[in-house]
Amino acid sequence: MYESVISQALIGLSYGLLLFMLAAGLTLIFSMMGVLNFAHASFYMLGAYIAYQVSTWLGFWPALVLAPLALFLIGAGVERWGLRRVHKWGHVPELLFTFGLSYIIVELVQVIWGRAAVAYRVPPELDGPVDWLQRFGVTFPEYRMFMMAVAIGMLVAIWLLLTRTRIGLVIQAALTHPQQVEALGHNVPRVFMLVFGGGSALAGLAGVVGGNAFVTEPAMAGTVGAIVFVVIVVGGMGSLAGAFVAALLIGLLESFGKVSDWSLAAGLNALGAGVGPDTPGFGVMALTLAQVAPVLPYLLLVLILIVRPKGLLGTRED
Amino acid sequence: MTARPTVSAIPGPLAYRPLNFGRWVVWGFAAALFIVAPLVFSKGFALTLLSQMGVMIIFALSYNMLLGQSGMLSFGHAVYSGLGAFFAMHAMKAIGAGTLAWPMSLLPLIGGAAGALFGIVFGYLTTRKAGTPFAMITLGIGEMVFAASLMFPAFFGGEGGITGDRTAGPSFLGISAVTFGPALQVYYLIAAWCFACMIAMFALTQTPLGRIANAVRDNPERAEFIGYNTQRVRWLMLILSSFFAGIAGGLAAINFEIVSAENVHAIRSGGVLLAAFIGGVAFFFGPILGAIVFVIFSVALSEFTKAWQLYLGVFFVLLVMFAPGGLSSLLLMNLRVLKFGKFGRLRDPYFGVLACALALAFGTALLIELMYHVTLNVGQGSSVRLFGFLFDTTRAGTWVFATSVFLSAGVAFEYYRRQFRREWDAVQVEIEDWVRENP
Repeated sequence: MYESVISQALIGLSYGLLLFMLAAGLTLIFSMMGVLNFAHASFYMLGAYIAYQVSTWLGFWPALVLAPLALFLIGAGVERWGLRRVHKWGHVPELLFTFGLSYIIVELVQVIWGRAAVAYRVPPELDGPVDWLQRFGVTFPEYRMFMMAVAIGMLVAIWLLLTRTRIGLVIQAALTHPQQVEALGHNVPRVFMLVFGGGSALAGLAGVVGGNAFVTEPAMAGTVGAIVFVVIVVGGMGSLAGAFVAALLIGLLESFGKVSDWSLAAGLNALGAGVGPDTPGFGVMALTLAQVAPVLPYLLLVLILIVRPKGLLGTRED
Repeated sequence: MTARPTVSAIPGPLAYRPLNFGRWVVWGFAAALFIVAPLVFSKGFALTLLSQMGVMIIFALSYNMLLGQSGMLSFGHAVYSGLGAFFAMHAMKAIGAGTLAWPMSLLPLIGGAAGALFGIVFGYLTTRKAGTPFAMITLGIGEMVFAASLMFPAFFGGEGGITGDRTAGPSFLGISAVTFGPALQVYYLIAAWCFACMIAMFALTQTPLGRIANAVRDNPERAEFIGYNTQRVRWLMLILSSFFAGIAGGLAAINFEIVSAENVHAIRSGGVLLAAFIGGVAFFFGPILGAIVFVIFSVALSEFTKAWQLYLGVFFVLLVMFAPGGLSSLLLMNLRVLKFGKFGRLRDPYFGVLACALALAFGTALLIELMYHVTLNVGQGSSVRLFGFLFDTTRAGTWVFATSVFLSAGVAFEYYRRQFRREWDAVQVEIEDWVRENP
């Protein structure tokens, strides 16, 4: 019993950490530039596809470095020649620009790699279950463990970068007081470009490690994109810590929800209510948790909006 | 310095007269267009195109009640039109089964009522926020409704959707020839609804609610200071907007006689956003223009190429980057240039830039189609017919030709674009100077 609980928890945690990798870049960009990057999930997809391409040429490990680098360049380019031009027209055109970009990226991916999923596989070194967990009777893929390690490593790296380095301090200052930072002689637009590139690189990294854990296909941006937005709203707009909590929460919710066959009808029957197919609303009550799992994150979103509109750890009221 | 005229001293022509001559002309012209259009484009395909345009015009205008008039960027507007379509379809089935006595011509009202009902429920949640959080929440609600629609096959019909028969029930006003079976009759039904909805939505912009929605869009804080609850205003606008979206959904149900989960999908929501923005959200007639262009892209262009979404996306991004006011603002700015008699100076630059843009579009489309052919039509051989010519994707010459057209047109376009830009900016500055000096 406890083995399956542990392995479900680990699966949920690894998925949650992947979501956090995506949410972190998005939050960083949002809190700095006020731009919600709609194409963020598309960058995640591009990361997976580029990693697939590189891994067929050079193998997985070079791809782990090269794909995020490529995404950094793409992201910086998008900021430099696209967003910066649109910036003068306000936030809505900026958002719409990234929205249009996500359209184009999905189509370009199909032009280059086709409409079907590509065979982007887990590297053979990491294929198989974790040995030491197996001794406790818990079967958990080694690659998922690696995914968690990458996510945590990235988390620590961002934290160190933002708090312990000079550029990190400039970024933090530019988050809240861009004009003053500019007055001190820093090139704030360039900092913006670097942050946008960095956020895209994080999305790319998530794509590299997530693409082969799940499926690398043109629809992958759409599936994960909406969930990442939920993570950000639930965690509180612009709050990194909130995004972390919300990502783990949604990861666990998904992994436990998917395997649970608990339903409202079964629960009522356990209490002796005698709910049967003739009871009105039985169709809704008979749905198992596994069947409603795809809706759970959004229900959480609705719940949070009613109970705590600013998000779990958010500070913005609007 | 002369004294400014006071409000009461404003002479007659500026007084508020909603039913003025200009409006009679414009709306009369629109009505005539609705009546004449199917006589000109009478072929089967053109007629379906017109019908879909009519539905899309209502949908895009209802969307613009949010984005253009109240400043709410929604990524989940298909929820209301889609759910409206589902309820309308169930009503249509009930009419067919004889359990519901309701004329088929008023079926869209049921869709509208359903849309408004869900607008009340979901709108209460989404309009608690404004700006970017509103956009993200509408996306989440949209995903939720889509996922839920696959969960209840009894109501939503699962993957296949539900179908109905639009000829069911008594005929229109007892005239036995009008059963809404033929496409032309469906077109005129859609046209009548479209015209009525256009008038209703335009009238709404003139009401106090429509005006205060503008205020909430421009400066929510000030709107609150003069005593309005901005959340309530957004909510009301969303309910009204979902009512019209539901009408569009009901008409779509009549038009296609099938409604599936696709109707509430994020692609639909994105589509209406694209349509409204392409037309331009700043003017009432913008989304009408946008809906027409969008249907041409999504229905007509998709007949010729699989890459239509790519072209649509590129077109959209270019508009966002260079003309965020959409087609309607481009149109009006050119009209202004024309009015000031300065169009002659722009004629030659226009000619150069448009010719190069055409060549560039040709080169781009050629490259994209060739690449698409290589990746997606692997089984169909290496030769492909594009723009009336036969191209062989295995020959290097094909690619050299396409790339050289693309690059040379790109360079020429950039050259003429800069020239055009200079002249355009100069003309605009002159006009604005003149306006400032002659108030």
